[in-house]
Parts: sequence; structure tokens; C-alpha cells
Amino acid sequence: MSTLKNRIRSFGMATIVAATTASSAAWAEDTIKVGILHSLSGTMAISETTLKDVMLMLIEEQNEKGGLLGKQLEAVVVDPASDWPLFAEKARELLEVHEVAAVFGNWTSVSRKSVLPVFDELNGILFYPVQYEGEESQRNVFYTGAAPNQQAIPAVDYLLENEEVERWVLAGTDYVYPRTTNKILEAYLKSKGVSDEDIMINYTPFGHSDWQTIVADIKAFGSEGKKTAVVSTINGDANVPFYKELGNQGISATDIPVVAFSVGEEELAGLDTAPLVGHLAAWNYFQSVDTPENEAFIEAWKAFIGDEDRVTNDPMEAHYIGFNMWVKAVEKAGTTDVDTVIDEIIGVAVPNLSGGYSAMMPNHHITKPVLIGEIQEDGQFDIVDQTDGLVAGDAWSDYLPDSAKLISDWRKPLECGNFNVETQTCGGKGS
Amino acid sequence: MKRFIAALFILPMLFSGAGADDGLIERIDALATGKLKDRAAQIEAISETGDARAVPALQALRDGSLYFRKSDKKVFLAEKSGSDFVLKDPLTAAEVETLSKSAVRKVKVNNRLRRQLTAVIGSMTLESPDPGTRLAAARTIFKTGDVSALEALEAAIRTEQNADVLAAMELARASALLKSDAETFEKVKAVELVGTRGGRDAVPLLKELESSQDESIAQAAGKQIAQIEKAQVLWNSAQTVWYGISLGSVLLLAAIGLAVTFGVMGVINMAHGEMVMLGAYTTFVVQEVIRGSFPGLFDYSLLMALPLAFLVAGACGFAMERGIIRFLYGRPLETLLATWGVSLILQQAIRTIFGPTNREVGNPSWMSGAYELGGLTLTANRLWIVVFALIVFAALFLVLKRTGFGLQMRAVTQNRKMASSMGIRTPWVDALTFALGSGIAGIAGVALSQIANVSPNLGQSYIIDSFMVVVFGGVGNLWGTLVGAMTLGIANKFLEPYAGAVLAKILILVFIILFIQKRPRGLFALKGRAVEA
Repeated sequence: MSTLKNRIRSFGMATIVAATTASSAAWAEDTIKVGILHSLSGTMAISETTLKDVMLMLIEEQNEKGGLLGKQLEAVVVDPASDWPLFAEKARELLEVHEVAAVFGNWTSVSRKSVLPVFDELNGILFYPVQYEGEESQRNVFYTGAAPNQQAIPAVDYLLENEEVERWVLAGTDYVYPRTTNKILEAYLKSKGVSDEDIMINYTPFGHSDWQTIVADIKAFGSEGKKTAVVSTINGDANVPFYKELGNQGISATDIPVVAFSVGEEELAGLDTAPLVGHLAAWNYFQSVDTPENEAFIEAWKAFIGDEDRVTNDPMEAHYIGFNMWVKAVEKAGTTDVDTVIDEIIGVAVPNLSGGYSAMMPNHHITKPVLIGEIQEDGQFDIVDQTDGLVAGDAWSDYLPDSAKLISDWRKPLECGNFNVETQTCGGKGS
Repeated sequence: MKRFIAALFILPMLFSGAGADDGLIERIDALATGKLKDRAAQIEAISETGDARAVPALQALRDGSLYFRKSDKKVFLAEKSGSDFVLKDPLTAAEVETLSKSAVRKVKVNNRLRRQLTAVIGSMTLESPDPGTRLAAARTIFKTGDVSALEALEAAIRTEQNADVLAAMELARASALLKSDAETFEKVKAVELVGTRGGRDAVPLLKELESSQDESIAQAAGKQIAQIEKAQVLWNSAQTVWYGISLGSVLLLAAIGLAVTFGVMGVINMAHGEMVMLGAYTTFVVQEVIRGSFPGLFDYSLLMALPLAFLVAGACGFAMERGIIRFLYGRPLETLLATWGVSLILQQAIRTIFGPTNREVGNPSWMSGAYELGGLTLTANRLWIVVFALIVFAALFLVLKRTGFGLQMRAVTQNRKMASSMGIRTPWVDALTFALGSGIAGIAGVALSQIANVSPNLGQSYIIDSFMVVVFGGVGNLWGTLVGAMTLGIANKFLEPYAGAVLAKILILVFIILFIQKRPRGLFALKGRAVEA
């Protein structure tokens, strides 16, 4: 008797369990999951937390507009804690456990490299919003930040033309992005007739805080009677003491201008910018861009975050563009199926925040305008130069001999990220 | 547009002399029109008047405080008050009206225009009644070597009474002569003057001449450069020593609190860096309050932050000792893990309260800029940090050697049981010692907020260095910490030019590892009974 009772009870339990699973599955059918893979703790939290917030805002806005394909979007936020191997684990969790339709994430190149095999193996989609060193084109990754030809090269051109710079200091943090970018820039400068002795290259460790010697060296390098400029790929936290030391040693932008590729509104927020007025940055977006789209975006951001003092920056715009591109591609395809979306998204054009349209190229990079801005006392940038049209991102640099002959085209029938035009062979899938 | 500029060039011919009011104001208003690349010609047009009344407007343009009214494109000097702008007449500086941010727009400039403006303002202020302004003008011309200022300079030299200003003007004239098409002998004389009196600033000017067509000029320039550089060699080593002392004082500040908690008490305190961070955030909060309520006191903000930072970090250290560490004495591994956990908790707490981004801690005016001492450049913030580090060191030394608490502390460290049987409350002394070490870390944070990022990660960047200094200097000895910090700082700075910043750090680390193999107790080893304990 008792066994029967037990059986009935367990049967009942089983039914309840089955019913709950079914209903949760049915409920899950009604949402499309979007993964957000940004560090919320550790060193990179300083930059990446903002990107998580902007993604939540974009998803919320999309849901207010009625969602996507008649379904609501659901954000799945994970914290890879600035730990590069953890990025791969968390990416796997997003794709395998949560089965997200697309992932928006990563900041540092090393974290991107760590998740590439995961996206390749599990066939996911990653939107990567930060300027990077190029030399990569993956089937599963869409690069919405700037490639070197969309940031570094136009910035150097500006200095060559407008400031008539003859001597160059290439200063960077010691890791892959500055090293590759400086390699490209060195080749580019030499192609412009700059001699070896007029180029000084300097690397410093992450978080370097004692800049006295290096700034003194730069000062000495700049007092040779030729106009000198610093091209800075110094990353993150090391910038604040660097700029402070420049100010203290009395180097103003009119003497030796510094053009930076990693300093945006967010970084300047922790800094007294008065001594920095006139130093430059090259980006594809500045908060000071004067367009109605940007005004609306800034207003929405401040309202979402509930803080009037928060600023917007370039990687945020990259997510804005990337997210809208993905939404449009999904609408076009009528499904969130990864392979269909990867095919459909090429050629999709969405408005960017500087008054034009950005389009997804066959090499998975996008077209963007390049803006040069000068730092102002209020921590914003005055745009002093802008490319005439949009610049298409180039995955493989034309200034490195090994890369110049590579092209990337993910359309059928080529479907190759590194096609060698000389040997007419595809060098392998991706990388 | 073109016709407009052309009209501007004709204007001075119509109105000549000082009565040309309308011409000047129209030229200034022209700045509100056209693109950035048209501005050089507009500034040129203003400077052609030679009218000193235009100087405030040009200065405002250079400093980014020249705005125009969107409605009628009239240009004004603008002063920000809240979210509004007070507009002032560009010539008389009389207040005109107050407008909201959206009704005005800044007249944009770039670096090239700023350079042009500096030169123009220089030649326009040579006749200023204020000797300081005249001196600044002469120095600007010396640096730019502006040929067009030559005439104005010569006129000014004839009437100049002040000896200092006169010397600066003669130097400026020599510099301008170098770029003009003057006779060779005149140029050679100018080279000698610039070389002997110009100091380091003369090097860029002379370098340009080294490749001159005229051999005698090139030779003279080469000779002057060689002389300047010879004099500079000694100064350069002195400068490197100074950089080393300055880096050493930062290390000392970061490590001195640890010298108490780790050195004296033997607690491996991984949360030491977070105490430094708490001090830096205390400074931030103090400055926020001052900015909001008493902006006049901003220069004293660091002095006010010092005792507060000591209390905040000290209280935190006290709580940590009472709550966690006292249960773990004698178990170094567990202490290490527990304090590391505390450090993560503190970091994330700060991140939650203040946000993950950097916070701006301003430099008070007395900590900005640099002093020139012969051929040395001493930046003010570094100088004060060196002084501050030494004061903190001396104060801590006195506390340990001259006060009753210091005596008890030393007694407990040397022989806990004996101290206890002499009636010292050892747990109480432990707690206060830990609080003292943490408090000192807190005031170090006030100083470090001036040169580093104030972010939740601040502490992490100093913790390794701190342990390195304490271990190298000798555990339990304050002098060791001082000598260790200075040695590492200076060694690092002498290595840096040869090995680069990355390799220099690695070399220092390797050196310390080898050194510890030879002398496991560091530079100044404690002798006596404590060693055996």
C-alpha cells in the first residue's frame, strides 16, 4: 500500500516537474536572448561597465518599440571579471546554457582572442565594439570598432598636414594592440619619407605611473628644432599620470601635441583637463558631435543611467551601430538563426550618431567617419577635422608586407577571412 | 566670404590711426564667421591693426573663452557662471548680458592657431605698461623666433628701462634675427648671444641652424650646442637622481604603513593597498565637499584630508584586526588569504559606491607646475611628495622611539610573553599597531591621489612594490624601508633609459630575488631575541 502511495506521490511530483519545465520552455520561446560579455569587476570594469549599461539601454528601447520578430529581447549579463580565460568560459556559458542569439562584448584584444575558438566551435555571433589592431577577420565576429586605417592612419595624416610634424614619438603600453599599431604606423611613416632617427618608439608596462623619465626623454627628443608629436597608444589607467606629468613638466599641446587612440570622454572624466587643452584624440565619434541623433542618444543615456554628468564615448556608439545592424539583419532574415544572420548582415546600413549611415562590409568591418578632436577644458572634444566621407575598415593593413596581399570577404563563394591574392589561396578559416 | 575678408584688408586704409574703432570690432566679429581654416587670416587682420585693445579678445580666443551670440554673430568675452555665460564686450570688457549655453557658441581654435595667437599676442604686448607682461612677451618671441616681431622688438628695446626685461628682449631679438635674412656676421653674433644666455631653450633654435648653408653660422651654432650639452651632462645625472628620489619617495609612502603591519607585526596584509585607496577616496570626498560648499578653501583640501584619511583607514584597519586578523595570528597562509578577501570586498564596495570610473582629484595650485633649479626641473607635486614622505617617516620614527605607545609596541614585538607579564595589554597594542599602519597607508593615499588614478584598482598597483621594498629593506626596520625604497627608486631610474621601463622593472625584481638569496633578512636585519622568536 505504502509503495503505491509513494508511487502516486512520485508520479505527481514528476508531472509537476514536467509541467514547470514545459512552461518555462514555452516562456523562453517568447524571448530572444542577447548575451552581454563585459567585465563588471577587475581592472577593465572601469571601461566595460559602461558598455554593459548601454547594451541594457538599447535592449530596453528595442523592447519598448515592440521587440524583435514579435518577441521581447532578454539581456543575459555575465561577468568575466577582467580575467582572460574566464572570458572563454563565460562565452561558452552564454552560447551553450543560455543559447543567446548574439553576444555583444569584450574590450581588450587578448580577451577577444581568448573567445574566438568558442565562437567558432559553437557557431555564435560576437559584436566587438572597440578600436583594435586589425590583422584579423573571423566569420563569427563583427568588428564595429575602428581598424587601424579608421583611426591611426587618419590621425597621423592630420598631424602631417596640419601640424607639419617631422619627428614622431610612438608611445604605447606593452601589449598586442600598441605593438601592432605602431608597427603599421612605423611602416606608414617611413613610406612618407620619415627617417629612422626621427621615430622614437617607447613601451611601458600596464598601469605605469612614474612617467618622469619618459616625459623628459620626449621633451629632449622634441627639442631638436623639428616639430615633434606623440602618437599615444597608452592604455587605460596609465594615461592619467602620463598627462599629469606632461602638464607638470610644462609641455603644452602647442609645443608637442599628443594624439591618443585610447583616450575618450570617459577617461578624461577622471582628470583635470585644463593643462591638456589642445592635445588630440582620433575617434569615430565624440560626444560633442552636433547632430539630432546624437542629442537624442545622449539624452536617452543620461535618463537611463540617472546621472547628468555621465558622458558618452566611441565604443558606446559602436555598440549602438552594432546592435541596430543586428536587429535589422534579423528582421531582414526573419529569424535569429546564426548562419542566416551572418549572411544577411553584410550590406546592412544603419544610421550612426555623426549624421551618416554605417554599413557592414563583406570583411565584417564597418564604414565610419574619422574625427579628430582637441581636448577642451570641460573634458569634451572640439572636432577640428573630419574625413570627407566614410572610411571602410580594412582588416589587413596595406602597410605591412605580409598583410598587404591578404583580403577578407565572407560572402559566398569566397567565404574567406584571409585570402591571399598572390597565391589565390585561402590561408585557413579566420585569424 | 572672400569679399568680406578683402573688405577687411581695405578697412585700415580707410580709417587710419587710433580712431579706427569700427574696423577693429568688425575684424573681431569676423571671427564668428567662416571655417577653422579661415581663422589664420582673420587673426592676421586683427594683429595688423597693432591695436593693443584687441589683446584681451585674442587671449580669450587662445584660452577658449571667446564666444559668439548665435542670433547676430557678435563676438564676446564669455565667463561661465553656472550653466549660463556672462558676455562681455571684447574691447572694454564691460558686461553686456547673460545668456544660456544654447544661445552662444565658442569660437573654435586649434593648436596651430594657438601658436599663431601666442606669437601675435607676444608682439602686441611688448609695449605693455606691466613689466611682467613685457617679460613674458619677450620670452615668447625668443621661443618662436618670430621674424615679424623684429621691428616691434627694436622699438621696445630703445625705450625699455627694466634691466631684466631688456636682457630678455635682446635675447628675443637675437632669436628673431637668426630666422631673418640678416648679414652673416650679425647672425654669428646672435648665435653666440643665444648660445651663452639662452640655456637649454636655445638648443632647438641652434639645431635648426646646424644644417645652415652658411658655414660660419653652422660652425658657430655647432660650437654653442656642444657647450650647452657639455654643461648639461652633470645636470642630467642630477636629474636622474632626482627622478629616483622622487620614485623612491612614492615607494616609501606606499610601503611605510606596511613596514608597520608586516615589518613590525609580521602580518601579511594583502589589503594594505586598499587602505591607500581608502585614503585617496577620502581626499576625493573632501574635495567634493569643498568644491560644493567652500570653493575658496580648495588649496587646503589636502591638509584637511590628511587627518580624515588617517582616521578612515585607521578605523578600517582596527576593525579588520579585531574582526579577522586576531584570530589568525601565527597562521600566515590563512592571514594572507583572509586579507586578500578583504581587499576584494573593499574594492568592490568602493566600485559600488563611487562607480568603476576614475574620480578626479584636483591638484591645489601650490602643487602644480615646476621649479627650475639650475639645469634641474623639479615638478612641484613630486617635490612636495618627497618632502611629505620624509615628514611621515620622521613622524612614525618618533612615535616608535619616543612615545610610550611606541615602547609598548616594540616590547610586544620583541617578546610578547614578557611584555604581557609586565602588564602590557598585548591584544590592545596589536590592534592599535595595525590601526597605525593602516592609518599611515591612508595618508599615503592622500599624497598618491595627486599623481595616480583614483580608481578602485589604485591599491593593487602598489601592493607588490610595497612588499618588495619592505622585504628588501629588512623586515622590522624602518631605516631599512627608507634605504630600500630610495635604492630601488634610483636604481630603477638609472636603468630605465638603457633598458626601457618594462625591462628595468624586471631587472630590479631579478636583483631583489638574488639579493634575498644572499641576505634573507634584507638590508638591515634585526638582531637579537626577536630573530629567534
